[in-house]
Amino acid sequence: MIRFLVMIVALGVIGFGAFWLVTKPQTIDPEAISGIEPDLARGEAVFIAAGCASCHAAEGAQDEARLELIGGRPFPSDFGTFYAPNISPDPATGIGGWTAEDLANAMRHGTSPQGQHYYPAFPYATYTRASLEDIVALHAYLMTLPAVKWVNRPHDLRVPYNIRLSLGGWKFLFLKDDWILSDAPTPELERGRYLVEALGHCGECHTPRNALGGMDRSRWLAGAPNPTGRGTIPNITPAKLGWSEGDLMTYFTSGFTPDFDTVGGHMADVVENLKQMPESDLQAIIAYLKAVPPVE
Amino acid sequence: MIKKIAFGAAGLAVAASTVFAASHIDPAIAGAIKARQGLMQMQQLNAGILFGMAQDKVAYDAAAASTAASNLMILTTIDQSALWPQGSDADSLEGTRALPAIWTDYPDIVSKAEALNEAAVAMNAAAGTDLESLKAAIGPIGEACTACHKAYRQPQ
Repeated sequence: MIRFLVMIVALGVIGFGAFWLVTKPQTIDPEAISGIEPDLARGEAVFIAAGCASCHAAEGAQDEARLELIGGRPFPSDFGTFYAPNISPDPATGIGGWTAEDLANAMRHGTSPQGQHYYPAFPYATYTRASLEDIVALHAYLMTLPAVKWVNRPHDLRVPYNIRLSLGGWKFLFLKDDWILSDAPTPELERGRYLVEALGHCGECHTPRNALGGMDRSRWLAGAPNPTGRGTIPNITPAKLGWSEGDLMTYFTSGFTPDFDTVGGHMADVVENLKQMPESDLQAIIAYLKAVPPVE
Repeated sequence: MIKKIAFGAAGLAVAASTVFAASHIDPAIAGAIKARQGLMQMQQLNAGILFGMAQDKVAYDAAAASTAASNLMILTTIDQSALWPQGSDADSLEGTRALPAIWTDYPDIVSKAEALNEAAVAMNAAAGTDLESLKAAIGPIGEACTACHKAYRQPQ
């Protein structure tokens, strides 16, 4: 009997050890970013393209206040409610103490400076493809924004989703840094792919998720239930989105659909960002949207 | 046993009446939803004529622009209080995208509606003058439409 118990415990230890080895929070190789010079203008462009303010600015913030990244916005989900954290450069309540390496670990691996897993409400399943040059530039830019003291509201999650350790399993299953559109034969398509799949995180809302919250890559951008409430986020693959390139450009720069309805909901925040992006980047996104596989 | 059957029958009755309630919308509420969606469509149609010209998709026509702007201005002055009865939100019913926050953020709704009216009044003064004036007045119209759709309309 005792032998049996010992065996069970030993198996448990081995099992947990294996789980830990496979799923422990990952970090980048610090050598990889040590030589990269931060470029502020590039950082601002990354900030806009990655849509940081859309979630981390306070709800309803306008204009200048959109640069006060105090978080607090709620994201209800099947797992409970997530609250966006303060990423202003306040050292005590924000990320003022973070190095570029910390930001790279957060964006590429969903790992906090304390070595904990982040929840994938923070779209690191997308940002994992971001280049280290862009992350170093973004870090430098974030540090120039107003520091605001604002204590984070803890996530309000149901059991067992409140156990961060389990996120290692989620990452093992769903955190992949290969491209979804494997073929990008022109520089424009390559740029569009990077903007959509690495920074813009369109797929986080427009792609359906499985029961564990992983994106269904076979239905990439094919529409999904609204993650934060009722209604549906539309299919934007060529099978359903019948808009011309000109229609898309008008929508990205003005928020108007071809029949003069306006953008609404969370997409209105996205259009705020798109309006500030260079036209060549918008063209690249449009080229990408025309190239993704049509899914009915 | 009999108790159990009675309980089950009561349960079925409750379930049946719930299904009935969900499929049966109060005609007064259904009418209000139809009316406000019609109002939105009339605004969209008239604003669309102005946006088409502002985006150089349609040739500028002073008379058509004036008519559309005048219609839009009148539409933004309609008292909508009868169009938004309690219980006609997207959480209560199918067939509407009106978020429940509309009924809790009333002062904000009023200020957003006023912004649209002001923009429409300015457009009414500008639309018939020339294309430049129309283009200068179009921005606030789009912003006013988006402000409400961003805060109070659920995605499709």
